[in-house]
Amino acid sequence: MQGIQLDLISEARISQMASMEKVRYIIDEVRKGKILVLEKGLNPMEEAKLIEMTMSAIQPDVFSGIEMQSYPANTDGSFLGKIFKRQSSKRLTVIGPANQLKTLKKDRNLISALVSASK
Amino acid sequence: MNMLERFKVSFSKMFNKLFKKKGACIGIYGPPNAGKTTLSNRILKDWVGAEETMGSVSHIAHETRHAKRRNAINIETNGHTISLDIVDTPGLATKIDFHDFMEQGMSDSESKKRSKEATEGVIEAVKWLDDLDGVILVMDSTENPYTQVNVTVIGNMEARNLPLLIVANKVDLPDADPSVIKEAFPQHPMVPVSALEGVGMDSFYEALAKQFG
Repeated sequence: MQGIQLDLISEARISQMASMEKVRYIIDEVRKGKILVLEKGLNPMEEAKLIEMTMSAIQPDVFSGIEMQSYPANTDGSFLGKIFKRQSSKRLTVIGPANQLKTLKKDRNLISALVSASK
Repeated sequence: MNMLERFKVSFSKMFNKLFKKKGACIGIYGPPNAGKTTLSNRILKDWVGAEETMGSVSHIAHETRHAKRRNAINIETNGHTISLDIVDTPGLATKIDFHDFMEQGMSDSESKKRSKEATEGVIEAVKWLDDLDGVILVMDSTENPYTQVNVTVIGNMEARNLPLLIVANKVDLPDADPSVIKEAFPQHPMVPVSALEGVGMDSFYEALAKQFG
């Protein structure tokens, strides 16, 4: 049976990993063709590291990179939040192979993705 | 190097860090074809001289150039002069497919070579994030601003507590809607410009001085 594997990864699982471990895990899984939905997304430094390492992993005809979408950080609008520039750490992230995952629409509160079986 | 010499070097570095006046190093970031090099060239034309450019503008799917740095650009606005070092980075992307180059009429081998160069450019742009004092994020105001590249650059500056200025470029185009960018990232200053036509540049320089001066 041909299909696409979608892994919904809990915050508990991803938070056990160190930053580099997370990035390596994501690239390895996406290169296998999986789509990952992280309950708690990556922090901005990890996102940048993921982009950098993805570029190192690109191979013509084999792996052209990732499609990754996450929400912008929600700034804490409270008085103390404004003073201390607190941001919500809860961010969902969707990551998959660029040739299979297409983002149709994205705004502050919605990510709409089309997953294609064709490679 | 003996202990005394090592102490002298350390002291000198510390002294320079504390007291030496230097321009802030500002990176110009954004997705490919948002107008980063056009903006860089416009800044140089306005403040350095018409003959100097940061680089040639690329219209292909992904840029294959390296980051370029120009030190000590003195910008005068509202009677104040600020000195900035500006780094024009290659466009950031999460994917690079050599087929995109083939669609531009390049051969298979040339496309693969360009693809490799483009990936090196993105790696270089990401590495620069660690060495900057702030970022000018250039967005195409005819495109949806909610891209991963924008979210990642903004997130990095916020996490490092560094200033950011958003430039809504290409306002000369009929589909431009800079208000969408302002609504998307209201926590950061945004200036609508056309770097190509030179529209909105006075407001841009004022915002630049306010953010990075």
